[in-house]
Amino acid sequence: MERPVQPDLHLVAPRERRPRRSAAPYVLSSPALLWLLVLFVIPMFAMASLSLQEGTSLEGFRQTFRFANFTDAIANNGEFLLRSLRNGIVVTAVALLIAYPVAYWIAFYGGRFKSVFLFLLLLPFFISFVIRTVAWSFILSDDGIILGTLKSIGLLPETYHVLGTTFAVVAGITYNLVPFTILPLYVSLEQIDRSLVEAATDLYSSRTQAFLKVVLPLSMPGVFAAVLLTSIPAIGDYVNAAVLGNFAPGTAMIGNVIQTEFLRNRDYPEGAALAFVLMAVMVVGAVIYARLIGTERITEG
Amino acid sequence: MSAVVTRPPQVRLPEAVARKPRRSWTRFVLPTYVTAFILYLSFPIFIIILFSFNQTRGGFGTSPRVKTTWLGFTTDWYGRVFELSDLTATVRHSLTIGFASAIAATILGTLLGLALARYRFRGRGGADFAIFLSISSPEIVLGAALASFFVALGVTRGFGTLFLSHTMFSIAFVAVTVRARAAGLDRSLEAAAMDLGATPVTAFVKVTLPLLAPGILAGFLLAFALSMDDFVISQFTQGPFQMFPTWVFGATRVGIPPHVFVFATIIFLTGATLALLLALVSRRRG
Repeated sequence: MERPVQPDLHLVAPRERRPRRSAAPYVLSSPALLWLLVLFVIPMFAMASLSLQEGTSLEGFRQTFRFANFTDAIANNGEFLLRSLRNGIVVTAVALLIAYPVAYWIAFYGGRFKSVFLFLLLLPFFISFVIRTVAWSFILSDDGIILGTLKSIGLLPETYHVLGTTFAVVAGITYNLVPFTILPLYVSLEQIDRSLVEAATDLYSSRTQAFLKVVLPLSMPGVFAAVLLTSIPAIGDYVNAAVLGNFAPGTAMIGNVIQTEFLRNRDYPEGAALAFVLMAVMVVGAVIYARLIGTERITEG
Repeated sequence: MSAVVTRPPQVRLPEAVARKPRRSWTRFVLPTYVTAFILYLSFPIFIIILFSFNQTRGGFGTSPRVKTTWLGFTTDWYGRVFELSDLTATVRHSLTIGFASAIAATILGTLLGLALARYRFRGRGGADFAIFLSISSPEIVLGAALASFFVALGVTRGFGTLFLSHTMFSIAFVAVTVRARAAGLDRSLEAAAMDLGATPVTAFVKVTLPLLAPGILAGFLLAFALSMDDFVISQFTQGPFQMFPTWVFGATRVGIPPHVFVFATIIFLTGATLALLLALVSRRRG
């Protein structure tokens, strides 16, 4: 570990670079940042402006700073907001539960096949998630390979169905997002120093204790990232409610409403206001969650 | 390591003996679970490939729809894959937007990634934040914002708005990929080239660029895959210029023609093969 040359080099390099203070970083970064400014930052402001306007798509919209758009949007769509939130929480919890053992085993016991397992986990991404969801609607259909078979051998009543239920929607979203749960879990588990686990077992802790007291706490950053990466798209999803929920009563989510307002009803102000409400819910949720995790770690330390 | 050598062996032995019988069957629980999990993840892919060979029943005149039950094996649909001209057009649209936006995002994202990896500059924190936000924003909010923007400008949505939007959401992913690669590069190689008389541009093109290439290629493929997979932002920004996933989504209500599963199978096999080749090549290079 003794390498006296290293720090020297490190000191020299920045000193050499500093006087040059070139325009290079600005030239390199400005095209991309300009693109993001025009097509990401400004559209957010355009949506903010639109969310306060009044009018119809035929007569045009006028800026009247009508903040009641927001209260209207919440009042009219409370049901969908709550359902999206509930589905998001259920999906995140289920995804964490089923993903953790997978990430754990690959990180600790994958050996030299780790990248093979990761490749297999990412395989579904080579087919558009809309088409994978359509495939699930085939698998779960009333006369499909699962329900059809179970019905023909008499294990299920003829009228039993999965499509059009909240279960189908939640299962579909979980399926779509569980790879995003696994990856951050895997990354944080993979970084855990194995000698810490060894030390715990050497000090006579059982394997379960070693897992609960060493591995699990050290993987909390991964759990945190996994929860955010899973819950945000889960709450905003509308494809599963459409394809697997079949728009049955009680399955539509807030994303379906935003999509309808924007693309069918062309009630842009209401759609924009709802999109902002959705984002606010997510940001507030993330902040509360970060607080909870943060205080937990303080009490533990 | 030295601790292992100096540790008296009798401390370890009884423990190992005591533990072994208890673990013998539980050892198989996790591997079995992981295998089952991978099968579950790829189950829809099997179904898509399988049903691309499914026969359909139905009268003449109406275009065929895949049935949810297995009616018999046929390779017909592979011969007739280009039959539905509107569907074929959407696949062409998706590929065109995929390539165009991936090329643009690769150029912009590579430059941004390089700037972030190599320089400390004013606005670096802001650039980092913009990357983080654009990756973590929910797609539906991005889509709604872009739609609002194009509506406010009175722009007709189509190829142009799709290209701009797809490039936008891919930039951050390319930048992150290239930055990771650039951060791991030994800068003394470039310095050595310049010490040997190369101009900064020559040194960059001859030394740095080849070393960055795997990162840039990975960024390009990621951008292409993201664009091909995208549904939400496309739906909000496409107008009448339909993409493959949005067409399929629209078709779910009337039934999916088997051609969709054939296209999906071809796209899947091509993508998976390319990724596998890339992984093998980059492994060989080290």
